[in-house]
Amino acid sequence: MVGWRLYLRYMSVSLRSQMQYRASFIMLTVGHFLSTAIEFLGVLVLFDRFGALRDWQLAEVALLYGMVNVAFALAEAFGRGFDTFSRLVRSGEFDRLLLRPRSTALQMAGRELDLMRLGRFSQGLFILLWASTTLTVTWTPARVAVLILAIGGGACLFVGLFVLQATLCFWTTESIEIINTVTYGGVEAGQFPLTIYREWFRRLFTFIVPLGAATYFPAMAILGRPDPLGSTPLFQHLAPLIGVAFMLVCLRIWRIGERHYCSTGS
Amino acid sequence: MVPIVRDARTLRARPAGMNSYLAVLKARFRLLLQYRAAALAGLGTQIFWGLMRVMIFTAFYHSTTATPPISLADTVTYLWLIQALLLLLPWRLDADIQGMIRDGTVAYELVRPIDLYGLWYARSLAGRAAPILLRCVPMFVVAGLFFGLQAPASLAAALAWALGVVGALLLSAALATLMSISLFWTLSGEGISRMLATLAMVFSGAIVPLPLFPDWAQTILAWLPFRGLMDTPFRLYIGHIAPHEALLALGHQLAWTVILVLIGRWALARGLRRVVVQGG
Repeated sequence: MVGWRLYLRYMSVSLRSQMQYRASFIMLTVGHFLSTAIEFLGVLVLFDRFGALRDWQLAEVALLYGMVNVAFALAEAFGRGFDTFSRLVRSGEFDRLLLRPRSTALQMAGRELDLMRLGRFSQGLFILLWASTTLTVTWTPARVAVLILAIGGGACLFVGLFVLQATLCFWTTESIEIINTVTYGGVEAGQFPLTIYREWFRRLFTFIVPLGAATYFPAMAILGRPDPLGSTPLFQHLAPLIGVAFMLVCLRIWRIGERHYCSTGS
Repeated sequence: MVPIVRDARTLRARPAGMNSYLAVLKARFRLLLQYRAAALAGLGTQIFWGLMRVMIFTAFYHSTTATPPISLADTVTYLWLIQALLLLLPWRLDADIQGMIRDGTVAYELVRPIDLYGLWYARSLAGRAAPILLRCVPMFVVAGLFFGLQAPASLAAALAWALGVVGALLLSAALATLMSISLFWTLSGEGISRMLATLAMVFSGAIVPLPLFPDWAQTILAWLPFRGLMDTPFRLYIGHIAPHEALLALGHQLAWTVILVLIGRWALARGLRRVVVQGG
């Protein structure tokens, strides 16, 4: 498909430009690694003080932590272009994208592959690996498949949220910060099992922003424990697909928003 | 490119009156108070975040039979105080100063007949005080009425807390100014400021209240400057530091502020000696 090839071309341009400042790139990535890794220090401190979170042990929470952070880092790397969207609308630069004979979503996604997100990605992966070796589960192919599916589904879900945030700019011009509550807030919330939250909060992250479908439910499938929320193993295995569906819906809304676009003309 | 090498001594030539600093403070205040919609959105975000953190900590408290060194009710209050006063932390670089150093307009700052450190310190102080006031009052009302933020332990505690917040502001501004000055060496400065902001966040108690840290870490935490940013005023508020010990805690804040200001002044003098104004 031509679209994919163009996307890969965009990516390679972005990579090459970031590699021009190699020292700065490495320093920023290391800084990013440390600043996100220190978030896990908070989890460690809490487990050191309290021993457990309900019936969850540190390694089990670490699994959730790793899953959500790796997924979010992937989404940040690939969906970063949407993050800068409000600037494009305000400056009127978006008009240029409309003139090109390719879908705008593709062009937005291809604007930048933010490699710096390697920082969060690698620390998430590190914790995920630590958790997977510490846990007493046997890593059958099915479990590995669920884990990969969950990370992919989670990444899609976060990309969907970035797209949604950008879409709102078609109407508001300004970027709506309140979405950050479910993106960054989602990363924080997803680090802990859904069961510790109140009903309204659980519903929010299950039915409205289905983050639980990419973190909590597949994690239950991997850990192989009965879910107090009453989900079936079949659902737990397939839940990450909801994240993919969420992204597709968001891209649909993007197309609707695009039709309402009115250039600022400057 | 025109390199301007300036001797730091000429900067101290004319002592500026207090009025010029007050004018800087006032101008920044007025600028920031313009963004009321942003403040409202910020408030919503802070409340959401606070509710989530309260749920997480409550779940942890219900998982242990041991008695933690700080009660759940006090922790909840502590968590809401974090949300209300989050901007006490030196989050990021002053974007204006960053821009000035990058595009060379910093040369104009050098021409002003006013002590540069004082100017930048006042900027950073005002840039913090206005949004804090704007955010803290509604946060106190909402969290106090609905979400379990308790009143201060006593009148003396409330007084000590108010002093502690002022101390935290002074300390935070000193740290932020130091971050700005570091730009003379790094230009982009993202790395250093991000590291410093992260350290400040963890060791001020903004992620996990300091009393919950392991017992062996308490001595180190007590010596570091960062607890003055949040933990000191918050523990004064909940009465975790008794009012008669308050002087010591406030002294710790003040001592670190003085040290950081002195380091900042020294670094600024050195930085100016080697500054190369970009562009021209």
